[in-house]
Amino acid sequence: MTAPGAGQPRPALAAPVLPAFVGRPTAGPREAASWTPRQVIANNLRSVVGRAYPRIRGLTREPSWVLFEMLLPFLTTSSFVFVYRALDAPQAYIGFVVLGGAMTAFWLNVVWMMAAQLYWEKDQGNLELYFAAPMNVMSVLFGMAVGGLVMSSTRAAVVLLVATVVYGVTFSVSQWGLLIAVFILTLAALYGFGMMLASLFLMWGREAWHMTQLMIEPVYFVSGLNFPVGRLGLLGAVAIALIPLAVGLDAMRQLAFASTGVTGTPEPWIETLILVAMTVIFVGLARILLHSMEERARREGRLTVRWR
Amino acid sequence: MSGSIQAPAIDVRGITRVYKARPKDVIALAGIDLEVAPGEFFGLLGPNGAGKTTLIKILTTLLLPSAGTARIFGFDVARETKQIRRIMNMVAGGEQSGYGILEAREQLWMFSQFYGLGVREGWRRVDELIDAVGLGEQRNQRVSTLSTGQRQKMNFARGLLNDPWVFFLDEPTLGLDVSAARAVRELMVGWRAAVPGRTVLLTTHYMAEADELCERIAIVDRGRILAIGSPAELKRRVQRESIFRLELDRLTGGPASLARLPGVLSAVAATPVRADANSAARPTVAINLVLHQDSALAGVVAALDGLDAHIVALAKSEPSLEDVFVELVGRGFDDEGDPEQPPRRAVEPHEAGQPEPEEANR
Ligand SMILES: Nc1ncnc2c1ncn2[C@@H]1O[C@H](COP(=O)(O)OP(=O)(O)O)[C@@H](O)[C@H]1O
Ligand SMILES: [Mg+2]
Repeated sequence: MTAPGAGQPRPALAAPVLPAFVGRPTAGPREAASWTPRQVIANNLRSVVGRAYPRIRGLTREPSWVLFEMLLPFLTTSSFVFVYRALDAPQAYIGFVVLGGAMTAFWLNVVWMMAAQLYWEKDQGNLELYFAAPMNVMSVLFGMAVGGLVMSSTRAAVVLLVATVVYGVTFSVSQWGLLIAVFILTLAALYGFGMMLASLFLMWGREAWHMTQLMIEPVYFVSGLNFPVGRLGLLGAVAIALIPLAVGLDAMRQLAFASTGVTGTPEPWIETLILVAMTVIFVGLARILLHSMEERARREGRLTVRWR
Repeated sequence: MSGSIQAPAIDVRGITRVYKARPKDVIALAGIDLEVAPGEFFGLLGPNGAGKTTLIKILTTLLLPSAGTARIFGFDVARETKQIRRIMNMVAGGEQSGYGILEAREQLWMFSQFYGLGVREGWRRVDELIDAVGLGEQRNQRVSTLSTGQRQKMNFARGLLNDPWVFFLDEPTLGLDVSAARAVRELMVGWRAAVPGRTVLLTTHYMAEADELCERIAIVDRGRILAIGSPAELKRRVQRESIFRLELDRLTGGPASLARLPGVLSAVAATPVRADANSAARPTVAINLVLHQDSALAGVVAALDGLDAHIVALAKSEPSLEDVFVELVGRGFDDEGDPEQPPRRAVEPHEAGQPEPEEANR
């Protein structure tokens, strides 16, 4: 005889067995734990899409992003356009500024929505769930980048279109194929950079986040968002060697305004190679950092563990 | 390759965990041994800071033990993380995972993709589970607008997406109101019952919850397991005698007539507590019966006939898990202060005539 507790006997829990609770039949835990390489790849690809999804859905749901990523770049661009006009600068300069303004959307997205993202996800408790899920966390990072890219592309396109029409920019493209390749590679390198920053900041925390905020303006400057980077001499050369935005912009500028001969920087094809190298290095570093970060978190119990 | 069909769902051997901290290191786990069988509903019961979450983090591969080993269905938590992550899931109380701008079903779908479900399979599973956890009406509501209870139901649906073989629940009803907590408890029970072999490890600092849900419980404090057993076994540890509360329509000769019976240690009058109208009309006689063991009850019941008494109510008065904890640790469960909890050891009817536990210190 089993008696209920003293005083107030508790009614037994009603536990309806719903079909949804049965789920997918698997033979057993050991079987369920062994996945084919196909399953592993599919899981990781879907995870990229899964993590990109909230960013893409968010496009239409978060109007404040529109302000930040469209209006701000457009206004900055406009102010430079007016300055150059007042100075009677060559028409090509206005073209540079407009192109730079469009690319700003991507850079802001990398700073605001990549670099500090994992850090934020940690605070939220998401990071823990990502590590505890079967996919590689790099897939999550890729998903963040893909989602961010889609997000900023729409904004960049708008800035480019509106500014081109409003300020009467004319492009003289010599090699369309190379221009498109450079554009795509610039984005790859830029988001690779963002992935690396994200992993890095996870380790360094809030201080690192303040550092990027400080970096925004200097990076604009040395990237030559608003003037050809070749004008910066040695500093420009260093920027081209290190900052994807600087190389990519300079290459695009050379290709999109072929007729104007602003020189002093490497040929577009060399810059293309630099972009490829950057992409590989940044993504590789992101991977190494993320994995060593995970190991460290498990050892020290201070990165994914939210306690109390 | 380690493990076999017979491998325990959870096998913990000599786990310790030290956190480097200032001013001095924290020993969160000081040597834990634990074995949970496949299909078991196992509870870790202990006050705040006992080390429950730390153990869960180790078992969910998020934290390495400082020493010792742990296996989930034979897979080592330190090395075979991929395998473990495919067959387990976890939900914590107050979990705020995901992205507020998504709708409930969108967020769940996102997680389904992380857990290895196909694109369309994910949507199907999400819709099923949303209904099963009782969030049908909130399916298209933004995550940021869900109430605490709805939020936790959604977290549960997330945890069930991959049909885990081991489900880790870290204080899953923390901060929920009574009805939401109950709904969540029903989910745990219903889900586990659906497929044999599904194992649940629940941590809680609510005694009643552990008592109600768990087949076995480990009582933990300061990184150690103080006792393991079924709720009934644990309670027996603190009380060898069995106590019944007997309510009769009348009793000529008074409680003394029962105290003489074999196996009865004592029989004393208790105040009738039945508050319903029925008992007001017909007063009853309430008696606290302390028996040597349960089986002595048969003799008492048989003797009632001769005494011309009829049973109105009979209930066994068991010590609560709280009593077990006090006995084991020598202090109350919430002595370190937990504002959420009402003061413990409220006077319960059975305490009136209860003998002092014999072995106050272990
Ligand atoms: N990341 C950490 N760093 C330092 N100390 C920690 C950390 N996590 C938990 N602790 C400490 O370890 C002990 C056990 O914590 P925890 O496992 O969260 O207990 P419970 O979940 O039972 O409340 C507590 O004293 C807590 O303060
Ligand atoms: Mg805890």
